[in-house]
Amino acid sequence: MSTAENPTREKRPPARHVVARVDEIASGASRLVHVEGRDIAIFNVAGEFMAIANRCPHEGADLCKGKLLSLFESDEPGVVRMSRRGELVRCPWHGWEFDLRSGKSWCDPARTRVKSYDVAVEHGARLVEGTYRAEVFKISVDDDYLVLEL
Amino acid sequence: METPVLERGQEKAQTQGVVDCDVHPAFSRPDQLLDYLPERWKTHVRDFAVRTANPLLGTLPYPRMTPGNGMRRDSWPPNGGPPASDLAFLQQQLLDQCNIDYGILQPLAAGSVAFNQELGAALCAALNDWQIDKFAGPEPRLKASICVPQEDARESVAEIDRRVTDRRFVQIAMPPRTLEPCGRRRYWPIYEAAEHYGLPIGLHTSAFGYRPNTPSGWSSFYLEEHYAASNSLQTVLSSMILEGVFEQFPKLKIVLVEGGFSWLPSLVWRLDREWKRMRDEVPHVKRKPSEYVRENFWYTTQPIEEPENNRHLLDILRWIGTGRLMFSTDYPHWDFDDPRFAFKVPLTQAERSAIFRDNAVDLFGLK
Amino acid sequence: MSTMSETHTKMARFETAGAIDCDVHPPTPRRADLIPYLDDYWQEIVTSREVDVLELMGYPERTRPYMRPDWTWSGDPLAQMQKNLLDPLGLEGAILNVVSGAHALFDPYLAAAICRATNDWLADKWLSRDRRLRASMLVPFQNVEAAVEEIERRAEDKRFVQVLTLAMTELPLGRRTYWPIYEAAEKHGLPIGIHAGSNFRHAPSHSGFHSFLIEDHVVQPQGFSTQVASLISEGVFVKYPKLKAVMIESGVTWMPALMWRMSKDWRGTRIEVPWVKDAPADIIRRHIRMTSQPFDGPDDVEDVAKTLDHLLSDDMLLFSSDYPHWHFEGLDVLPEGLPEAKVNKILRDNVLATYPRFGG
Repeated sequence: MSTAENPTREKRPPARHVVARVDEIASGASRLVHVEGRDIAIFNVAGEFMAIANRCPHEGADLCKGKLLSLFESDEPGVVRMSRRGELVRCPWHGWEFDLRSGKSWCDPARTRVKSYDVAVEHGARLVEGTYRAEVFKISVDDDYLVLEL
Repeated sequence: METPVLERGQEKAQTQGVVDCDVHPAFSRPDQLLDYLPERWKTHVRDFAVRTANPLLGTLPYPRMTPGNGMRRDSWPPNGGPPASDLAFLQQQLLDQCNIDYGILQPLAAGSVAFNQELGAALCAALNDWQIDKFAGPEPRLKASICVPQEDARESVAEIDRRVTDRRFVQIAMPPRTLEPCGRRRYWPIYEAAEHYGLPIGLHTSAFGYRPNTPSGWSSFYLEEHYAASNSLQTVLSSMILEGVFEQFPKLKIVLVEGGFSWLPSLVWRLDREWKRMRDEVPHVKRKPSEYVRENFWYTTQPIEEPENNRHLLDILRWIGTGRLMFSTDYPHWDFDDPRFAFKVPLTQAERSAIFRDNAVDLFGLK
Repeated sequence: MSTMSETHTKMARFETAGAIDCDVHPPTPRRADLIPYLDDYWQEIVTSREVDVLELMGYPERTRPYMRPDWTWSGDPLAQMQKNLLDPLGLEGAILNVVSGAHALFDPYLAAAICRATNDWLADKWLSRDRRLRASMLVPFQNVEAAVEEIERRAEDKRFVQVLTLAMTELPLGRRTYWPIYEAAEKHGLPIGIHAGSNFRHAPSHSGFHSFLIEDHVVQPQGFSTQVASLISEGVFVKYPKLKAVMIESGVTWMPALMWRMSKDWRGTRIEVPWVKDAPADIIRRHIRMTSQPFDGPDDVEDVAKTLDHLLSDDMLLFSSDYPHWHFEGLDVLPEGLPEAKVNKILRDNVLATYPRFGG
């Protein structure tokens, strides 16, 4: 569902938050930061930084404690190919894979034919209906610092 | 996006304490249990290992999806040791954080399924000592299960007799993948003791057993194995009913642990349907099977099933009734259910109290 | 228990004319029936070595629960079937399933010979005598090469519409060992019919054999569900995307719990089986079908509709009587509480969509 732009109102520019030093998060590691009341997990994927809402939309586990993994796919039983090295995170509890770039659960039911009524845990810890998706955030490197846009 | 809030009652669960009917304590080192064995068995285990039907010593034949043979990745205690081995961290991460007033221990170690039955009996006794020493003794919120070597009914009854006056034990633990179906007479002395003492028997799904995990042999993948585990609990239910266990021991209480519960309505309808046309084969089953189900069985909720349309779970709850469901987390396993978010359907306050607390308090005689 | 007169007179609640019955049982052929279709060598073997009554212990068709009291096979079993079922219900078609002990034989060549002879007997003594009849072919899963040969042999005879096996087999059905059978079946538009029963290669439960036949019946869904789990996990439907599997005589209402549990587990175990690209529930809706009798349903008819709603599909249920087993009175052949709106699909449309060979 998209939000239409209202041409008569100025869009509020995204707030930029300096959340960490670049050298505080080693490659393959993560860090939990708190910004504007939200818990955000930052991952260092081979030098590229990605940020995702910390709370797993399934049952609320800490994604910052999850393990990074690559995308493993297969079209033929027993034959597996790898791509997207280290760009997915597995929730530390039920192991669901979330794409760090899009925030989508790799097994997103929206990809299936039957409409689903999944129930997700929102960041305010309410239960809401919707497909499982973790919010992702724009993060960039400014000198030695990581900057998050909210 | 429209985000109707389903249930603000989630927060309410936090104020009322929860009873967690499935907690798995762990050894702080692999040989910790030996400390509780007599010398004769300590030496035996060192020399000959504990042998079970698991084809591998070490790795599980269906490897789990996380380290520690299937633990939550965030459950490793900060001061070392495996998940659920450190009482202080367990108190903090599970009891305090999830607002748990009581946790029922289910040690999943090999006492009950050791091939060497004498060793198995010694291991069960050791497990029972260890539970009290390390967990249920120092922490009154944790309650222990009397592990019994069920293939040796006499020894099982002796162990129950020894432990029953220790009120920190609130149930008997038996694996469901027994050598014969659970309803068979060889196990009846255990049921007699359980009924006599008013102790429920909690049967927790097992990681391995004597027979294949499907009626068509062994499956290839953990995905299949995880599902098949609940089948063993279904067999417990049908075998006990159809062998007439509850005619013999009408007050016996059975808890089916870690099988979920969505399969139950269909199984009960099937049992009743089959009994109507086949009751002459089993004249000792004097009542409709569903009546025994209503009177003698309880179920822990984890791993809670998540229908695609989550409202369908309400149908299941209505068909089962909420008087026999008891919440469980399965801490520290990966398929852990968080008491705040596991139930993604609206429950009334009464239903919530029953499932998260009252049913277990009544069954186990807690406080 | 109903009286005989009640059994006779209860009419069907729905119009069944033109329906196709997906599970009808002729008596399992005995030696005398099969001899004409066996060569000299096999005639010698079955005669001298007492290969005669080939009923499954796990499906004892001559015991009381397997025959409604007002029905019989005595005389001409086909005439009985026509009188009791085909004619009064006005069926357009019926699929014969011989749940034979051929599945349990250890000798792979004997098994192949018995399967072949059984199929010949079906074609000769049943299919040729009533144009409404179709059959599942028996193939020896214990001898995969011979099974493929048998499929190729029968492929041209469009009256054979399915390949039959059991809910409880020697290996889980998804195993690669069986893939040549699925390749041939897919090629010829033959679904795999998985029928209740066990060949006792393994005990029906995690804890061994049961004391009572009723227990064997009660645990059949454990066989069906683990077969579905195997077919999905092993990637059979990835490899053979046009293949379907039909759960015959399964009870039906066990299915949603499998869909929910397996779909949830898959999300966490996906990397173990990355060829499983869709939620198991979706794969089930595309590839798995179920026959309607027996139906393990609640007493409340509104709740029956809910159990079907849980499937999130109207394509899965296929009409069956499970003749001559006692699952209904008179001609009231559909389970109680089936919503009227779904009945036509169940009686015919879903069947034709599942069995493409039906048209001929």
